[in-house]
Amino acid sequence: MWAYLLRRLFESALILLGITFVTFVLLYLVPADPARQIAGRSATAATVENIRDQLGLNDPLVVQYWRYLTGLAQGDMGRSYLQRAEVSSLIAARLPASLLLMVSAIVTELIIGLTIGVVAALRRNRPVDHSLMIFSFVAISAPQFVIGILLLYVFAVQLGWFPIGGYGTFAHLVLPSVTLGLLGAGWYSRMMRSSMIEVLNQDLVRTARAKGLSKLRIVTRHVMPNAILPIIAMIGIDIGLFMSGIVVVESVFGWPGIGQLAWQAIQRVDIPVIMGVTMVSATAIVLGNLLADLVAPLIDPRIKTK
Amino acid sequence: MKSMLLSSALGLSMIAAGAQAQVDENAPQGGEMIVTYQDDVATLDPAIGYDWQNWSMIKSLFDGLMGYEPGTTTLRNELAETYDISEDGQTYTFTLKDGIKFHNGREIVADDVKYSLERVTDPETRSPGAGFFGMIEGFDTWNAGEGEGLSGVRVVDDKTVEITLSRPDATFGHVMALNFASIVPREAVEEAGEDFGRRPVGSGAFRLAEWTPGQQLVFERFGEYHRDGVPKLDRVSFNIGLEPTVALLRIQNGDADVPGDGIPPAQFLQVVNDAEYEDQIVEGGQLQTGYITMNTQMAPFDNVDVRKAVNMAINKDRIVQMINNRAVPANQPLPPSMPGYAEDYEGYEYDPEAARQMLADAGFPDGFETELFVMNVDPNPRIAQAIQQDLSEIGITAGIRSLAQANVIAAGGESDQAPMIWSGGMAWIADFPDPSNFYGPILGCAGAVPGGWNWSWYCNEEIDARAADADAMVGDAAAREDAWRQIYVDIMADAPWVPVFNEQRFTLHSDAVAGDDSLFVDPVHIPVNYDYIYSTEAE
Repeated sequence: MWAYLLRRLFESALILLGITFVTFVLLYLVPADPARQIAGRSATAATVENIRDQLGLNDPLVVQYWRYLTGLAQGDMGRSYLQRAEVSSLIAARLPASLLLMVSAIVTELIIGLTIGVVAALRRNRPVDHSLMIFSFVAISAPQFVIGILLLYVFAVQLGWFPIGGYGTFAHLVLPSVTLGLLGAGWYSRMMRSSMIEVLNQDLVRTARAKGLSKLRIVTRHVMPNAILPIIAMIGIDIGLFMSGIVVVESVFGWPGIGQLAWQAIQRVDIPVIMGVTMVSATAIVLGNLLADLVAPLIDPRIKTK
Repeated sequence: MKSMLLSSALGLSMIAAGAQAQVDENAPQGGEMIVTYQDDVATLDPAIGYDWQNWSMIKSLFDGLMGYEPGTTTLRNELAETYDISEDGQTYTFTLKDGIKFHNGREIVADDVKYSLERVTDPETRSPGAGFFGMIEGFDTWNAGEGEGLSGVRVVDDKTVEITLSRPDATFGHVMALNFASIVPREAVEEAGEDFGRRPVGSGAFRLAEWTPGQQLVFERFGEYHRDGVPKLDRVSFNIGLEPTVALLRIQNGDADVPGDGIPPAQFLQVVNDAEYEDQIVEGGQLQTGYITMNTQMAPFDNVDVRKAVNMAINKDRIVQMINNRAVPANQPLPPSMPGYAEDYEGYEYDPEAARQMLADAGFPDGFETELFVMNVDPNPRIAQAIQQDLSEIGITAGIRSLAQANVIAAGGESDQAPMIWSGGMAWIADFPDPSNFYGPILGCAGAVPGGWNWSWYCNEEIDARAADADAMVGDAAAREDAWRQIYVDIMADAPWVPVFNEQRFTLHSDAVAGDDSLFVDPVHIPVNYDYIYSTEAE
C-alpha cells in the first residue's frame, strides 16, 4: 500500500512537472508580447525594452523556465505582471471561494443525480423514467452559460428568491452550485439508474424479498449501497470536469474564485497568473484522480491497488 | 471596455469641447452609488493603472497639479493654486494650495510633487505612462536609469515647485492632468512597496475603504478634500464579477446604478428603444476614430492613388448602420469634438465608379489581391466583411484575416505583415483632448517602427517637422489649432487611412443617481464622474 502510494505520488509529481513545461512553452510561443501589453500604446520603444529587461523576458526560454522552476520549488510563483501582487496571494485569496463552490456542487450533483437515478430505476420504462431521462439528457447537453443565465433570470429576477449573482451568503451559493452540479447530476442519474437496475436483478434482491422485507428496506439497505459504489469512484475524476466548469460559472455569477482570476489573466496575457492557476488546477486534478484510485479498493475489495 | 483595447487603452470622450462645467452647486450630499464591473480592478496605482476601469477610479482617489472642469475638457488647477509660464514657454512654476492633505492626514508639500514625478519616470517603476513626460528636462538620463532624479523638477520651497522643459510644449498642461502625474505620499508608497496599487493613498475626493478581491471595492468620502462640497456621494461601491448581461438585470432590479462595462451589445437596441429607459440613457461623443490602415510600405499601397481609390470605395453609412448607429461616419483622423477638427473638409466621397477609374489609371484595371487584418470580436469581423464587399466592387479581392487582438497588433507592428487593418476594437482613443495626441504614435515617424502603432507605416518628415513646430506653439491656442487642422488635412491628401467612423458613447444609469448629463459622459471620467454625481435619495 505505502509503496503504491509513494509510486503514485512520484508519478503525479512527474505529470505536474510535464504540465509546467508544456504550459510554459505554450505561453512563450504566444505572439503577444507581455512587455508591450504592460507598456500600453503610448510607450516608447525604450520603455518597452526596459520592462522586458526587468521581467527577464530577454533571456532564453531555458533560462526563464529554470528560473520559474527554482522559484516554484521554493513556493514562489512570481508576481502578476499587471497587479504586481504575488501570484500565490492572489490565488490564496480566491481558492476558498472556488473550493466552497466545488464542494457544494458535488453535494448538489449527488443529491439531484442519485435521487433521479433511484426514482428512474424503480419506475423503469414508465413515463416518469422517460421524462427524468430526458431531463438528464438536457442537463448534460445544455451549455452552462445558458443554464446559468436562465436560472438567474427565473429565480433571481422574476421570482426574487436568490440574489442576482455575487458572493457571501448561503443564498448566493445555491444557483451557481446548481448550474455547476447539473452537468454531473445528468451523468450520475444515468449511471445510478443503470447501476440500480443491475443490482435489482441480482439474487440478493430476490433473497431479501423472499425474507419478506419491505420494499423500502430492500431499496435503502440492499440495493442503494451496492449501486452507489461505482459512483463514489467517479467523484475524484469530477474535479477535472469542475475545473473547466468553474471558469464559466464563476464569470456568470460573479463568483470570486480562481476561474474568474484565470479568465482575466488570459485576456490580459498575465503569464505568471496563468501559470499559477494552471498549476493549482492541475494539482487538484492529479490529486483527485489519485484519491479516486486510493478510495476505490476501500469500498470495493475486488479492486486491488497494484 | 470590450470594444476597446483591453489592457492598455483608455481615453477620453466628450460632449462638447470647451463647454463650461455643469455642476449643480445645490445638489445634496450623501447617499451611495453602485457601479458594476465584470473584471476585477488590476491596480489603483496612478503610475501604473492604464485601462478603462481604473482610470476613472484613480481620478477619484488621487489628484494632480492640474485637472479638468467636471464634464468638460477644460483644464483647471487642481492641487496647484496658480502656475506661471516663463517667456520662452519652457519653465512652469506651480504654487500649491494651502492646507491640502493626503488621505493619511499629512499635508502635501512641493517635495511630494518632485517625488511623484520622479517615481513615474523611474525605470524601476515600469510605468506605461513614463513616455508622456519626455519633455521634462533630464528625462532621458533619468528614464535610462542614470543620474539622480529629474533635473528639470526643482523644489523652491514647501509650496513652490519649478518644472523646466527641454523644449516648449503646449501639451504640458494636459500631461500634468494625466493620472500618471498624480501626487503620491512617499511614506505610503515605500511602506506598501509593490502593493501600493492595492493600498492606494492619495488626496482625491474619495479614499479606498475596502477592497475584497473579485467581489467589491468601496470608496468613501474623504472628509478633508480640498474642494468644499465635493464629493456629493458618501460612498461609491464597485461590485465586481458581474457579466454585462447580469449587470443589466441588477439595474432593472434596482440593485445597481451604473453598468461600468456599458450596455451589452446584444441588448443594445432593446434597451435604447425601451421607453422605461428613456430618461436614463445619456449619449455623448467620444475622442475616438475607427479607421482602415493601408501599409504605405507594401505594394500596391505604396501608390497614393490606390489608397485614394480605396478611400472612395468604402460605404461608411452602411457600416454605421450595421452597428445600430452607435457611431457617426468620419472623413478625417480627428473626431468632431477634438480641437483642430476641420469642419469644412469634405474628405473622399463614396463613389465606387470614380474609385474603379482611379484604380485603373494607377495601373490596376483588374484590381489586385490583398489581405485585411481584423480583430476577431464582434462586430469587427462583420465590419470587415462589409469592407471586403466594398473593395470587391472596385475589383480588389481582400482576404480577411480574423485574429486575436494581440496578434493583429503584432502584425501591424511589422513593416511587411499586414497590408490592411481594420482598427476596430483597437482603435485610437485620445489620452488627452489635444490634436497632437492623434499624431505621434499612429501617424508620425516615431510610431512607424517595429512594435509601433503606426500600422500604415506612414512617415512624412515634412509633416513631422510641422507637428513639432505646432507643439512648440505655447500661448497661441488658436494658431496652434489651425496648424494641427492643416496637418491632418494634408495627411489625408496622402490617404494613409480610410477614416470610417467615430464611436458614440451611451451610459445607462438608474434614477437613484442624478446630475448634469455631461457628468454621465464625462470626457475624462469613464463611465461617469464619481465626484460630482449625486444621489436622489440624499437629503
